[in-house]
Amino acid sequence: FQDQAEQFLRSGHTNNWAVLVCTSRFWFNYRHVANTLSVYRSVKRLGIPDSHIVLMLADDMACNPRNPKPATVFSHKNMELNVYGDDVEVDYRSYEVTVENFLRVLTGRIPPSTPRSKRLLSDDRSNILIYMTGHGGNGFLKFQDSEEITNVELADAFEQMWQKRRYNELLFIIDTCQGASMYERFYSPNIMALASSQVGEDSLSHQPDLGIGVHLMDRYTFYVLEFLEEIHPASQTNMNDLFQVCPKSLCVSTPGHRTDLFQRDPQNVLITDFFGSVRKVEITTEALSLDRDVAGSESKFPEEELATEPLKYAEQLPVAQIIHQKPKQKDWHPPGGFILGLWALIIMVFFKTYGIKHMKHVF
Amino acid sequence: AAPVQVQLVVPMAVVFSPGSMPGDLPRPLPFRDLEEMEISVNLRTSVTSRYEMLYRSTTGQEEAALAAATAREADAALHPLQDTPLGSLTMYVVPETSSLLPQGIDVYVGKHRSALVRAGGSLAALQAQLREVAQVMSFTATSIAAVLSDRVPNGHLSPDARRYLKSSLGYEITFSLLNPDPKSHTVDWDIEGAVNRFVKPVLDKLSLVANFSVDSQILYYAVLGVTPRYDKESSSFLLSAHSLPHVINPVEARLGSSAASLYPVLNFLLYVPERSHTPLYIQDKDGAPVSTNAFHSPRWGGIMVYNVEAPASPQASFPVHVDVDMARVMEVFLAQLRLLFGLSREEVPPEFLLESPGNEGLADWELDHLLWAHTVENIATVSTTLTSLAQLLDKIGNIVIKDDVASEVYRAVAAVQSAVTELSLGHLHAAFQASKEAVTSSERAFFDPSLLHLLYFPDDQKFAIYIPLFLPMAVPILLSLAKIVRETRQRKKEATKMD
Repeated sequence: FQDQAEQFLRSGHTNNWAVLVCTSRFWFNYRHVANTLSVYRSVKRLGIPDSHIVLMLADDMACNPRNPKPATVFSHKNMELNVYGDDVEVDYRSYEVTVENFLRVLTGRIPPSTPRSKRLLSDDRSNILIYMTGHGGNGFLKFQDSEEITNVELADAFEQMWQKRRYNELLFIIDTCQGASMYERFYSPNIMALASSQVGEDSLSHQPDLGIGVHLMDRYTFYVLEFLEEIHPASQTNMNDLFQVCPKSLCVSTPGHRTDLFQRDPQNVLITDFFGSVRKVEITTEALSLDRDVAGSESKFPEEELATEPLKYAEQLPVAQIIHQKPKQKDWHPPGGFILGLWALIIMVFFKTYGIKHMKHVF
Repeated sequence: AAPVQVQLVVPMAVVFSPGSMPGDLPRPLPFRDLEEMEISVNLRTSVTSRYEMLYRSTTGQEEAALAAATAREADAALHPLQDTPLGSLTMYVVPETSSLLPQGIDVYVGKHRSALVRAGGSLAALQAQLREVAQVMSFTATSIAAVLSDRVPNGHLSPDARRYLKSSLGYEITFSLLNPDPKSHTVDWDIEGAVNRFVKPVLDKLSLVANFSVDSQILYYAVLGVTPRYDKESSSFLLSAHSLPHVINPVEARLGSSAASLYPVLNFLLYVPERSHTPLYIQDKDGAPVSTNAFHSPRWGGIMVYNVEAPASPQASFPVHVDVDMARVMEVFLAQLRLLFGLSREEVPPEFLLESPGNEGLADWELDHLLWAHTVENIATVSTTLTSLAQLLDKIGNIVIKDDVASEVYRAVAAVQSAVTELSLGHLHAAFQASKEAVTSSERAFFDPSLLHLLYFPDDQKFAIYIPLFLPMAVPILLSLAKIVRETRQRKKEATKMD
């Protein structure tokens, strides 16, 4: 009976997914990439495989020409911890990180040519962790310094996910300025949200490293990473402990969380329910009994005996031509019809109103 | 969730052999009867099951078949005489004193779609027994509710009830051999032969349900995530039950999956422990070693530990050649495959005797079980998908529906209606095919890339962008236009006045 009661408190998920998004580009936003990579590292360490992680990084810091230590991304000053490692698998990189692609990943409305690694193939028994970081404001999050996603769009995307039962439970963590505004509009069930700062507050960065020259991490994610380093796949730490991470004294901003849409009590939710991948396991008690003397059917695939020529590649990149080419003349296009029409209207009205006599001053 | 009203009709034939008829038959044989039961899931979803029974007596040939010595022979002899399409059942009632059924067994369920039931007393008692048999062989309230689990109010179903593989158009099966210690063991497994001999018959039987693709791989230096502990008493290494969930993770990263297909993947891993950790046994919750030495994880696959005997002579040269006994391995893997699909024989009452399905892996009625569950699941999925799509279109008024999306929606609606009709007529095969078509079309329509809500701006956003641009510019223009109109009118008036 105790077992039954335990079962109801446990989550009913069978697999875990993580969608980790860094939305800022440019070298001085190093800390956002470091944030995302730290969460990626923790999540991989606790068991979620790369095939179940969608990592979106808007810029390349490790191989950035301004990086004094190439192929590394550090999260602690004095370069203690390199979160880039040698097995980072970035699924959406650089200019592929757009609001449209992000929403396509979440809702699943993705072009059929997209490879498996770029898809979120979750089902109704998946627990998904969504982590977003970057520059944000009251109700929006900036992508690539050129577009933004609003909290309404995000809430609608989650609702589309719920309608198609693309998640069992969802944990949404956001580390931006005024982050709490991003989860205000959620209305789908089974979502728990954490943010690094309330509306009207800024999330601050942690420490600069004088050798690299930029701030390495944001405070909230830094303390979350410290918290996660203590978690191992078998730990029983629950969400209430995660809510306590980074109090105002350390973080300067006030982290917030939202659990009203979540069905279970946060006390019963294990950290590894979202950050790890602890699978439910059953002992196989019985085996079939097969007749061993059975002859197999012929293999369906005959041996292919095609003679293949050695492959040759046509010269695809005439580098010499490209380097010595002059810059292409940009064709001049006449102004569009709408602009012309608008100006014609303005000019005509001006002269009709104030009299044709002004025309001679113009010509 | 969208309302779903489905009637599941199971045609049943109840055949009385001589001497087995109960005394209180209402009418002389043959006659028809039906029994309806409601499986209500929630307020808007109701599934009714209807067993349409035809009571008749045996024909001469059937009597001859029932004169066999054992139930199995009788079942084999009866099979060619039956005309049972998918989804229907035949029950033969044998006299109480018949020797076909062993002592203490009241029901024998065969490999196909028939059962032998021992007569006993009144018609009502027999009907209760028949109802139980029919439920075992087709579907139960729990199995249907498990499939409609997202409609069940919370708390009524335990989280573990929804763990069987979801209905999908295809599944990918991957067999992996893990050899963490190639220096000590050279492991040879004839996986191609094993797949041809043992796995193909089962997959051929399941081919009605979905497309299966099989691949295999060998991974070297792949260790389990947990260090087993040494047990002095049995001088073996043990993996306890609560450490099993952590075994899979480090391996999973190396398993890989086909880049091209989006079907769910079922992984079956065969682990040959290192020489330093041999023999390795899995313990269950009570501490007893598991006979199969294997465990499985819902919706993922299974792992089996294959112990290699230590070489007889201590001077044996390493690596030792190991030839894997594929039959033993496949017995476990196929049993796990059945469990992953939800085909378990555990909840069967004790007085039932179930015939083993042999190399086919599953009996015909177990295939029916899957088809009933998947058909209902498909119909529920389609109705939810189409309703949700309709809601999306309501919300975003100016969304553009391409022609092919529209035609997929029409096709999905027609297919799901046909599926419901076929179910109410008792044609399980046609209903399943229609439901599969419905799911394909509705998923294609719902996940069409053009329906991203981001691409369609609500009208108020359009106003918000264009008004601040054009309103200030338009003010002098409109005022000037007004002035022009006034002047023209005045001039016209003056002109008429002059004249």
